[in-house]
Amino acid sequence: MTQVFAYIPFKNGSAEDVALEYPEAVKKIDPAASLTAVVTGSGADLDAVAQDLTNTYKEVIKISHADLAYPNAELVRKALQDVLPKDAIVLVPHDTFGMDLAPGLSVKMDAAYAADIVDFEGIDGTSLKLIRQELGGAVYTHVTADISSGAVITIRPGSFAPTEAGSAGGKVTDKSGEVKELPAKRKFLEIVEAEVGDVDITKSDVLVSIGRGIEEQENIEIAQELAEAMGAVVSCSRPIVDAKWLEKSRQVGTSGQTVKPKVYMAMGISGSFQHLGGVKGNPFIVAVNKNPKAPIFQVADVGIVEDILEFMPELTEAIKSQ
Amino acid sequence: MSSIIGPASYSFFGVFPASVLSFILPVVGVGLFAYIMARRLAPLVRAAPDYRLDHIGRRIQKLIVIWLGQVKQPRYMLAGVLHIVIFFGFLILSIRSVSLVIIGFSDGFVLPGFGGLLGDVYNFLKDYAATFVLIACIIAGVRRGVFKPARYAVPEKYGKDHTAEAVFVLGIIATLMISESLFEASELAYALQQTGEAHFVAPFTLVWIFKLLLSGASFEFLQGLHIFSYFLHDVTFFFFLCFLPLGKHFHVITSIFNVFFMRLDKGKIKPVRHGITAEQLDDLESFGVKKLEDFTWKHMLDFYSCADCGRCSDHCPANAVGRPLSPRFISIKARDLMFKNYPLSGEIYKSKLLVEDIYTEDEIWSCTTCGACEEECPLAIEYIDKMVDLRRGMVDEGMVPQSLQKPLKALEKRGNPYGKMEKKRADWALDKEFAAACTIKDLAKDKADTLYFVDSITSYDDNLQEIARHTAVILQRAGVDFGILGKDEKDSGNEVLRFGEEMLYQDLKEQNTQAILASGVKQIVTADPHAYNALKNDYTGMPPVRHISQVVAQKITSGALALKPCLDPDKVYVYHDPCYLGRHNGVYEDPRQALDAIDGLTRVEMQKSRDRSFCCGGGGLMLFYEPEEETRMGVLRVNMAAEAGANVIVTACPFCLVNIQDAIKVAGKEGEMEAMDFTQLIARHLR
Amino acid sequence: MEILVCVKRVPDTAENEFELNSAGNDLDRDDLVYSVNEWDNYAVEEAIQIVDNAGGSVTVITVGDDESEEVLRREMAMGANNGVLLSDDAFDGSDGKGIAAILKAQIEKGKYDLILTGAQADEGAGQVGGMLAAMLDYPYASLVNKIEIVDDTTIKVGREIEGGNQEMNEIQLPCVLSIQTGINEPRYVGIRGIRKVASVDIPVNGAGDLGIDAATVGAAGAKTKRVDYFVPDLGDGAEMLEGSTDEIIEKLIERLKAKGGL
Repeated sequence: MTQVFAYIPFKNGSAEDVALEYPEAVKKIDPAASLTAVVTGSGADLDAVAQDLTNTYKEVIKISHADLAYPNAELVRKALQDVLPKDAIVLVPHDTFGMDLAPGLSVKMDAAYAADIVDFEGIDGTSLKLIRQELGGAVYTHVTADISSGAVITIRPGSFAPTEAGSAGGKVTDKSGEVKELPAKRKFLEIVEAEVGDVDITKSDVLVSIGRGIEEQENIEIAQELAEAMGAVVSCSRPIVDAKWLEKSRQVGTSGQTVKPKVYMAMGISGSFQHLGGVKGNPFIVAVNKNPKAPIFQVADVGIVEDILEFMPELTEAIKSQ
Repeated sequence: MSSIIGPASYSFFGVFPASVLSFILPVVGVGLFAYIMARRLAPLVRAAPDYRLDHIGRRIQKLIVIWLGQVKQPRYMLAGVLHIVIFFGFLILSIRSVSLVIIGFSDGFVLPGFGGLLGDVYNFLKDYAATFVLIACIIAGVRRGVFKPARYAVPEKYGKDHTAEAVFVLGIIATLMISESLFEASELAYALQQTGEAHFVAPFTLVWIFKLLLSGASFEFLQGLHIFSYFLHDVTFFFFLCFLPLGKHFHVITSIFNVFFMRLDKGKIKPVRHGITAEQLDDLESFGVKKLEDFTWKHMLDFYSCADCGRCSDHCPANAVGRPLSPRFISIKARDLMFKNYPLSGEIYKSKLLVEDIYTEDEIWSCTTCGACEEECPLAIEYIDKMVDLRRGMVDEGMVPQSLQKPLKALEKRGNPYGKMEKKRADWALDKEFAAACTIKDLAKDKADTLYFVDSITSYDDNLQEIARHTAVILQRAGVDFGILGKDEKDSGNEVLRFGEEMLYQDLKEQNTQAILASGVKQIVTADPHAYNALKNDYTGMPPVRHISQVVAQKITSGALALKPCLDPDKVYVYHDPCYLGRHNGVYEDPRQALDAIDGLTRVEMQKSRDRSFCCGGGGLMLFYEPEEETRMGVLRVNMAAEAGANVIVTACPFCLVNIQDAIKVAGKEGEMEAMDFTQLIARHLR
Repeated sequence: MEILVCVKRVPDTAENEFELNSAGNDLDRDDLVYSVNEWDNYAVEEAIQIVDNAGGSVTVITVGDDESEEVLRREMAMGANNGVLLSDDAFDGSDGKGIAAILKAQIEKGKYDLILTGAQADEGAGQVGGMLAAMLDYPYASLVNKIEIVDDTTIKVGREIEGGNQEMNEIQLPCVLSIQTGINEPRYVGIRGIRKVASVDIPVNGAGDLGIDAATVGAAGAKTKRVDYFVPDLGDGAEMLEGSTDEIIEKLIERLKAKGGL
């Protein structure tokens, strides 16, 4: 039977959303696979998360260690090496922590490695077939991984439908005792918070991008609200920057930033060549524009002919009420 | 009593001969001047070479028109007229000054040939010259000191105000005029009182007035005044001579050379180094201007010659929109650095990297190479070549903003700044409606008489592909047998060259040249002024190149093209001169003539038009650059068009169209104003 | 400080339009243009800047075919002192671990204080740096956007984490860091720069030179293999959502969820 262990990152006592996505991913790997959640940390936060996860997972492994209070990838890797069976499939989110942890873990476990997986096509013998993107999302590839000696796989957050947090009634197993020493050559010092207003639109997966259709500076608030509801960042086309309604760092285009989001909400943007030159990586483009002939509709995936000033608040409401 | 004693025979306190002083003064003055000039020439000797001794005939012609003729001066009417008065006054009085110096030790000296009628005419003229120069100095002094025109202001970041120097020099000139006139008036008044002999004096001149005022003065006073004014003039004259090379009045000496050695051909860029061919470029250790001594001697002479008049910056679009560039201070900062690094005495300092020392990277990237500054400069100072040389230096050092690195890399890989596939270069011709009406020959397969050179932006920008289709339709209707290079066409490289990436430009030029020569066409037409300029001025060995507006104008005249009456007679049209069509290539009238051939079309002119056209914001790589600026050039331009009462801005350049279309949106004039390309207007009105 | 930077020659996303071949299982490679992986330029620039301040030298290495030499030259034109090409038919088809093993073999021939890679390359996996560190038993940090030299044995690094925040760590040397874009502004290298280093000798090391068993690398040793490329059917132009605003919003939210926008 395929054994899958899902590493669950958490923050402030609650598991990250990916915790709800793993079950769906595992179903696609092998519907018969066993799935165990793994959490590392220390103190009450860890206990609360582990307990919480029993609602979704039947098995939860808890590794508690004072040095793991902050998820230092080097220490987490050592802890997982000590606890997990060698031939297991380990799932890790493909985020800034997962990228720090997973490649080295695969070496230490002598397991196959597959990164940033967006879908699975199932197991054939010892071969697991997966789908991922290359070239900044321009193309997809099928990849096979030989899982005979296990596999470490990072999955792209948001790629699998979240399950409802039910009442799996699982149990927490404390494996802290199996962890050997955790000497580290890398020491966490501190988090330097991003300066307010210093938003990096190139790093956001979802952009609510506004153009001339916003009409007035006061209306930027409307886009801001939608972005907040979507967990997105507001970017814009050049006229908005020229009008000094938003700072230059928010501008998408050949004379601005080149962005590679997963979803690009083009709100009242006509879609000039210069602007679209800054949108790379084949994102899912949603275009809302009152002008049905706006060129943006040629390149968008979904088009909506509406006035953004009326449409955006309604969309914000609808998303909030979900 | 005898007549008045001249300085050559006069003795101070009856013992010390004044002629000794009047001999020592010029010796010391000229000696000091020669020393200063030698020190000033030191950097020019170490500078990069520059070939400026070709086309002597044309150079003399420029000298006559620009230097002697002062043609650029009246572009600013009051300042220009004042300058012309002082300039000609100086020329006339220089003869008088020379003879005055000699009179100091040779009584009654007259320059050879000035003894007879010529001397009388000259004296008549010079008396008026001195008078008018004094009046001009007073007006100029009041203007600089009291009214303070805005263009002379020195922003804090560029240093201290220069008004004091300007007023001081006006004072010196005034002193020269007054002392010269007093010297003569005192003698005449003396003679009149003594002998009753009245010499003719030009009425209402300074001499005439002074003579009148002095008519009742004592002999002693007149004698004293005569000697005093002589030496006041002599001292002031030699002080002024030695003062000139210390500041902006150096132009009094250098202007004649600066104009003689000026750049003769517009639209061209200087080679990386004079005397080095394109094939030898790889052997050069360093490219462009990095340190002061990397400038050519002529460019250094430019710095010396800058009169700080501010006309360049007054017309600089980058300066107008608050970019960190003011051409005037490109010159002044470099001049001050030359003065600092090459002091009048002592050691010469080692120069540092200019973009860290006196310029900033943004300052040098801010220039759109529109050429407005050079057009305006009364001293024929060059800016574009310097900008390009400075950029070459930065490119060589790897100092290129990330925003420009992307398109440059794409140009290297794909031959266009957008990184689009070569094979899609001719996709504009695939538009269904267009393809049904017009087939385009690919010169890789077919032969044609004329090449239509499309260039990158028109080939790839969805909105601008219309220009290519309109151009093709016009050419077809005009009966021109034409084709395109398709995927073999590369970016013309006009901006690649001007952004300092010489080797990439050479590469693009090489590829285009081969493709064009292989196609065997007899002429080239383009609708992109940047391509037009590159092919016509930067490339060599090309068949004749014409802009589409020239073709249209000619075909209308010959009757090959006929235009319908205006389809929108209620609209008011204005033509915006693209820099690379107008200023750099002198094509002003053809597009206007074509527009005027549309019956019933109302056309107005903007105040800034033809050679004073205001740049739309720049083309080519400038579209990728992220300048710091307060507003956009295009917005200012759109407002100028609105002021002129126009609601349709017609331009003849794809970059102008992009910039002005955007600017109309930014200026909030959507619906009120529109921009269209020349080819669109003509294509719509084809009969 | 002796610094080694691992670089890769990739088809750049900015200058290519990726299309499939007629068989539909691989990229149409006829019209592709290649360049240095964008992230690697930042890594090399960072290395040069460190060496400019602290002394030492920068070595660039890559695993690839003969054509990969051009990326080494480009990085040497930026200012890297040495370049080594790791090339062997046996290396073809290597997965991330295979590449890391080849790099490791070369790295062990020298002595380096700091090993840099780009945070990711064309495949977008971001794997080689972390694997290399684990194989060498060196500490590792990914997505590094700041490096501060403390002393000969220790450096401080900032990692770019979610929300634009920066995670500061202290790391012992030698270590492996994967470099994120934006850590610096890489200098420009034009045709001229590359021509200047055109005649510099770049040694080529194969499996034999590196003492690598051919069976452990290349396709033979790969546990992860790419089977094919494909492009999901996207259709022409936008799918226009119509109906009442409520209906449109409902459809839109459904699609946004599917695409990870919510």
